Amino acid sequence: MLPTRAVGLRRIALIGLAGALAVTTAACASERGSGGSASDTFIFGAAGAPKNFDPIFNDDGESFRPARQMFDTLVTYKPGTTELQGALATAWTPSDGNKTWTFTLRQGVKFHDGTPFNAAAVCFNFDRWYNMKGAAAQSQMIYYGDVFEGFAKNEGDISGEPVYKSCEAKDDHTAVLNLNKAKGAFPDAFGLTSLSMSSPDALKKWDADTVTQSGEAFSYPPYATDHPTGTGPYKFDSFDKANNTITLVRNEDYWGEKAKTAKLIFKIIPDENARKQELAAGTIDGYDFPSPADYNSLKDAGNQVLIRPAFNILYLGINQKNNPKLQDVRVRQAIEYAINKDQLVKNRLPQGAYAQDQFLPNNVPGYTNAVAKYSYNPDTAKQLLAQAGASDLTLNFYVPTEVTRPYMPNPVDIAAAITDDLKAVGIKVNVVQEPWNGGYKDSVQKAGKQDLHLLGWTGDYADAGNFIGTFFGRPKAEFGFDNPQIFNALSTADAQTTPDAKKAAYENASVLISQYVPAVPLSSSPPGIVVRSDVQGLIPTPLTDERFYTVTKGSKG
Amino acid sequence: MLRFTVRRLLQAVPTLLVLSILVFAWLRLLPGGPATALLGDKATPEKIASLNAVLGLDRPIFVQYFKFLGRVLTGDFGASLISGDAVLSEIGRALPATIELSIAALVLAVGFGIPMGYLAAHYRGRFLDNATVLTTLVGVAVPVFFFGVLLKYVFAQKLGLLPPSGRQDVTIDATHITGFFTLDGLLTGELDATWDAIKHLILPAIALASIPFAVIVRITRASVLDVQQEDFVRTAESKGLTTATIRQRHVLRNALLPVSTTIGLQTGLLLAGAVLTEKVFNWNGLGSLLAQGIERRDYPRLQALLLLAAAVYVLVNLLVDISYAIIDPRVRVR
Repeated sequence: MLPTRAVGLRRIALIGLAGALAVTTAACASERGSGGSASDTFIFGAAGAPKNFDPIFNDDGESFRPARQMFDTLVTYKPGTTELQGALATAWTPSDGNKTWTFTLRQGVKFHDGTPFNAAAVCFNFDRWYNMKGAAAQSQMIYYGDVFEGFAKNEGDISGEPVYKSCEAKDDHTAVLNLNKAKGAFPDAFGLTSLSMSSPDALKKWDADTVTQSGEAFSYPPYATDHPTGTGPYKFDSFDKANNTITLVRNEDYWGEKAKTAKLIFKIIPDENARKQELAAGTIDGYDFPSPADYNSLKDAGNQVLIRPAFNILYLGINQKNNPKLQDVRVRQAIEYAINKDQLVKNRLPQGAYAQDQFLPNNVPGYTNAVAKYSYNPDTAKQLLAQAGASDLTLNFYVPTEVTRPYMPNPVDIAAAITDDLKAVGIKVNVVQEPWNGGYKDSVQKAGKQDLHLLGWTGDYADAGNFIGTFFGRPKAEFGFDNPQIFNALSTADAQTTPDAKKAAYENASVLISQYVPAVPLSSSPPGIVVRSDVQGLIPTPLTDERFYTVTKGSKG
Repeated sequence: MLRFTVRRLLQAVPTLLVLSILVFAWLRLLPGGPATALLGDKATPEKIASLNAVLGLDRPIFVQYFKFLGRVLTGDFGASLISGDAVLSEIGRALPATIELSIAALVLAVGFGIPMGYLAAHYRGRFLDNATVLTTLVGVAVPVFFFGVLLKYVFAQKLGLLPPSGRQDVTIDATHITGFFTLDGLLTGELDATWDAIKHLILPAIALASIPFAVIVRITRASVLDVQQEDFVRTAESKGLTTATIRQRHVLRNALLPVSTTIGLQTGLLLAGAVLTEKVFNWNGLGSLLAQGIERRDYPRLQALLLLAAAVYVLVNLLVDISYAIIDPRVRVR
């Protein structure tokens, strides 16, 4: 009896299981159709989780994206451009040779916790950054360290004299910033997301400065993890780490144009293919940096691929230290003559990219047509190599793998094209591939093991110093040269106080660099951002710092 | 039984210790390091060096190891370099996701695998058997990530029947208590959340189940065929027992012995499968933690996860041995 019953039970169980599966599938089919999310919620697919939500402790795009929706800076960049416009400050006036900046502040602005934004709050923020204690906290303030060059008490790697001196609240709506020295990065750098304004009350309440070391990592205070409090169009609601979603809600008291959607959700999807499929399924409304190889299929599926103006540089680095022949400018010129940049751009880089003859995108003051040009000419390259006695040149070419950057969608392909060009003029190339996070940057930037390498840079703001100053402003293991003339030209340019003088000085520096050929500028590429057909109002910007409060979702196209 | 269990557990201690040394040394011998990944594109070599100094990564490796061991013995695995959260709380958060997925995959693999294996053996050489063998061959041969992407393409993208990835729709404001999303909805009465979680679970569970399912079918089939030839089956037949009784009491029960070993081993392997499945389906579990940890050289997270994986293996093997004892009384006597 028992075995028979068991068989029966098993059959029932099996039938039940099959039935359940069928019902599930059918029910799923019936529930489908609403497809995607409600029109008052914009869902954006993010490639990674933010490190935390306190802008001062962050330096990467994934962390900045949610921060930008919640915080404002004193000045900002006009959507779609790199031009400055007012944000929390309506005017900013330099004096005393750019060592003093007077900010006229917007009135009637409140932080998300209801406290007023005023000059005292501005000074509280600047003082907080300057007086930050602990090597752990300071080590996380990458942008502050770069721009302000030091703290009240330096505990990390910074040892210079700090740029910041003091801040005074002259009245409720006037904040005066005093600096120890003028800096060319200002006023543009005041718009950096890292320098966003936080509520002083919230900073104190949530213990914002206590970054601690835990084992081999850092732990951030409650302000940075759960209570970011800015003045922006969206307020922090939650970070559901189990479901990997960050939810922001509309700030009904926003000083500017109110956000069009009541909710803004960032869904963290590390895998690009998964982001693409979620977009196709309608469970997200957009994602950043789609692979250029997918542009056409994304458009064919009815999505909008918005192309930003290019604001980056890809270069072929030359390290003069290991191979003495590279110290001869004719050899470096020959390398530049040998590379068919137009072909490279056409075949290996996304639509909208252009070949470069200098290390600045064409929308940055300092870009000039007066630079020395080395248009593709393999014959000239061979002649120069022969003149320099370098016809038998062998070079180690370091190439990063396992990485995609807006300026180099596929470094291995790009390197292959360059290698072919170099071989065509008789240069023997020994390609060394290393993973981006597996030692590549150490090898090329710290150890300087290479003769040639691929690298690039995305600008933070429209200041030439942010590009060429970073690359060639001082001796570096990456390039292995010492050229005081270039270093001086760049530091002179950085110290200029009027826009015209600054532009002229950087143009001069660009020309000097082009004559010296410390590296080969290759291209500038526009990174894309993709949204579904029913998304409107997203303005792609060259700084990749889009604000989503202008975004609306209509009926599906 | 208790002494046996305790002895096996004690044997695991030196295993884990040796493994901790291997994992620790291996991670630090890899080129590159977490500082590069932590600081992003704008990191200068000076900043990387400074961060390494702050993190203590510039000290001799044995000093680092003993500091690490000291902390681990007090239950402190440190914080993740990526998220800044304590590694144990990260694992605690991801564990339910992986367990939920693994259980679903196991239920599918065992629930369908054993009956199919048994039926294939029963209809040996006939159409059903051939079809089953072919299916399992495909199941083993097709890589999980490819199968996953294919499932998503068909059922999510083209047919729109199921969600493509994630554990729950982001617009559902679900309350999470245990971290098991399917269970949480039942506990809180948010049945729509449970239903949504189940929908999200189906495709990744099928993808993850593909290999264990194929293996279980094949082992069951082979094992049943083996047992059918045994003397005691012939004896049972000659005693005049009904076919159903012979199948239930003699064939299937004895055939399940190697199958249970297989299930145990496959459970251990599920974690490896989960790394790929979770990546494809954006499933926020241990596999995703591991994949991201490797990509960004998150030492604390990797150390904890690899030790956890080893511990799971040891535990699963122990459970397999115990299940042996239950299924086969002779083991208990020995």
